[in-house]
Amino acid sequence: MKKLIKGNIALCEGAIAAGLHAYFGYPITPQNEIPAYMSKKMVELKRVFVQAESEIAAANMVLGAAVTGKRAMTSSSSPGISLKQEAISYMAGLQLPSLIVNVQRGGPGLGNISGSQSDYFQAVKGGGHGDYRLIVLSPNSAQEMYEFAYDSFDLAEKYRSPVMILTDGIIGQMMEPVEFNKSEKKDFNDKNWVLTGCKGRQPRSVQSLLMKDGVLEKHNINLQEKYKIIAKNEVKYETFMTDDAEIIITAYGISSRIAKSAIKLARKEGIKAGLLRPKTLWPFPSQIIDSLAKKGTKFLSVELSHGQMIEDVKLAVNGKAPVEFLGKAGGGIVTEQEILVKIKEMAK
Amino acid sequence: MYDEIIIAGFGGQGVLLAGTLIAQAAIEQGLHTTWFPSYGAEMRGGTANSTVIVSDDEIGSPIAFNPNALIALNEPSLNKFMPRMTESSVIIANSSIIPQNKEYRIKLYFVPVTDIADKEIKNVKTANLVAVGALIKALEINCANPRRRSAGKEGDICELEDAKVLTLQSALSACEKAFSSKPEFVEINKKAIQAGYNFVK
Repeated sequence: MKKLIKGNIALCEGAIAAGLHAYFGYPITPQNEIPAYMSKKMVELKRVFVQAESEIAAANMVLGAAVTGKRAMTSSSSPGISLKQEAISYMAGLQLPSLIVNVQRGGPGLGNISGSQSDYFQAVKGGGHGDYRLIVLSPNSAQEMYEFAYDSFDLAEKYRSPVMILTDGIIGQMMEPVEFNKSEKKDFNDKNWVLTGCKGRQPRSVQSLLMKDGVLEKHNINLQEKYKIIAKNEVKYETFMTDDAEIIITAYGISSRIAKSAIKLARKEGIKAGLLRPKTLWPFPSQIIDSLAKKGTKFLSVELSHGQMIEDVKLAVNGKAPVEFLGKAGGGIVTEQEILVKIKEMAK
Repeated sequence: MYDEIIIAGFGGQGVLLAGTLIAQAAIEQGLHTTWFPSYGAEMRGGTANSTVIVSDDEIGSPIAFNPNALIALNEPSLNKFMPRMTESSVIIANSSIIPQNKEYRIKLYFVPVTDIADKEIKNVKTANLVAVGALIKALEINCANPRRRSAGKEGDICELEDAKVLTLQSALSACEKAFSSKPEFVEINKKAIQAGYNFVK
C-alpha cells in the first residue's frame, strides 16, 4: 500500500534509494524536513550527514564529496540557494555530478516562508557566473519528489553536471500517498575522472581555473556541446488534453496541478483547454510548445511568480500565437476559479 | 465526491495528527488525498491548522479554496474559518471550550470533544480523534442532505451507498497505520474515534 508522506521526505527517500552517500545542509523553512530526516536516516545507514556552518559551506562540501565520485546533495530554500550559487557555478565548471534541491519560498530577500515559484530565472538561466546550465527538474507531487530525486543522480553522472530539483513549499510540505517502488542502487558506473588518490595510476586533476591560452575557451565549447546533447535527449514533459486544445496552459510544479483542475472545469463548460507541463525546466520543452503553437491556439503561462517561465514559452512559440500570463508571488496562490475566469476571457 | 476539510485549534491540540488520520483513512478506502499543514511561526494562543482533501479523482491544489468541512477545536479557529464556510458545510465545534449561546450563521455540530476525551476515554489528548469520529458521522448524515455539495463542484452529491466516502471503519483501520510506531496508542485512539462517532446523532 502507498505510504502517506510529505514531499520533502519522499525526496529524501528517493535520494537515499539512489545511493546518496553524503548530505550537507543548513536549516531553512520550508525544507527543514529534509535535513531533519537525513540527520536520522543517514546516520542509521552509516552514511554521511553534516549540518554545515552555513549554506555556502554545505554547497562546497557537496563539491568536495562529488569530486571523489560520491553521490552527494544539499538542499535549501530560496535565500539559501542564493548563497550556494558560487559552489554551483564551480561544480558546473568542474563538471561535478551532484544534486541541489530548492524548496522555493517567497522572495526577494528573506521574503517569507510561503510556497513560491520565483526562482525560475535563477535556476534555469544560471544563478551563478559563467556560461553554464543546470539540469532542472520540477516535480509536482510527493510521488515525483521521490522519483525525480531517485533519477537525478544517474542524470548528473551521465552528463557530469549538477542537477537541481526546483520545487516549492507547497509540494514540499504537503503529504500524499507515495509508492516506494524503486530498488536500492548499488552499482554505479566507474568514473575515470574522480580524485581518489593516485597510488598505482597516473595523477588526475579537476579544475575550473583554466588560465593557459585558449584552454578556457575550449572548455566552454566542450560544455556547450554537452548542453546540446542534454537538450536533445533529456526533455521531459506531460501533456493533458492538448490534442484539440485552443487554449494551452503552461505551468510547472504546484501551479500545474491547479491549472489541471481549472482545465477540467473549463472542459465542462465546453472550452477546449489543455495543459503542457514541463517536468524538465532546463532543458525546456520548446519543441513540443512550438508544435502546439498552431493557428488559432492561445497560450497562458500560470506561475507563482510575476512572469518568469513565460519568457521561455514565448521564445518557443516564437510569435506564432499569443501568450498571456496569470500569476501571483510572495505567498499568493492562483486559484482554479481565477484560472477559469482567465480561460473564459481568452476563449471569447 | 470531493471534500475539503480544515482541522484547526491551538498548537498542541493535535490538529496535524487529526488531519493525518483522515488522510490515512482516505488511503484505506482507495481514495485520493492530500494533507497540508500551516507551517508558519504560529503565535502562542493562536491557531494551527491542517487541510485534508479527499476525492475520488485526482487532486489539484492541496490548499482548500472552498472548504466544506471544519473541525474547530477552539473559538479562535471557529472565528477564523467561519467566514469561509457555507450553509451546506459540516462544522464540528468543540463545545467543551466554545460557547454555544452565540448566534452562528450556520448550524454547527456542538461536540464536547475535550470532555469526552477526558471523562470517557480517560485521556484528554485524544480529543482531536473524538472530533474526527464526530466529523465522519456528520459527513455521513449530510451525504443524504441534497444541499450538501462537493466543494468547488456544483451538483455533485455523494451517496451513502457509495463505498467511496470516508467511513468509520476506514478511520479505525487508519489508526493502525498512524500509530504503528506507538502500538500502545492504537486502541485508545480507536475508542476516541468511536466515541465521537457515537455522540453525533
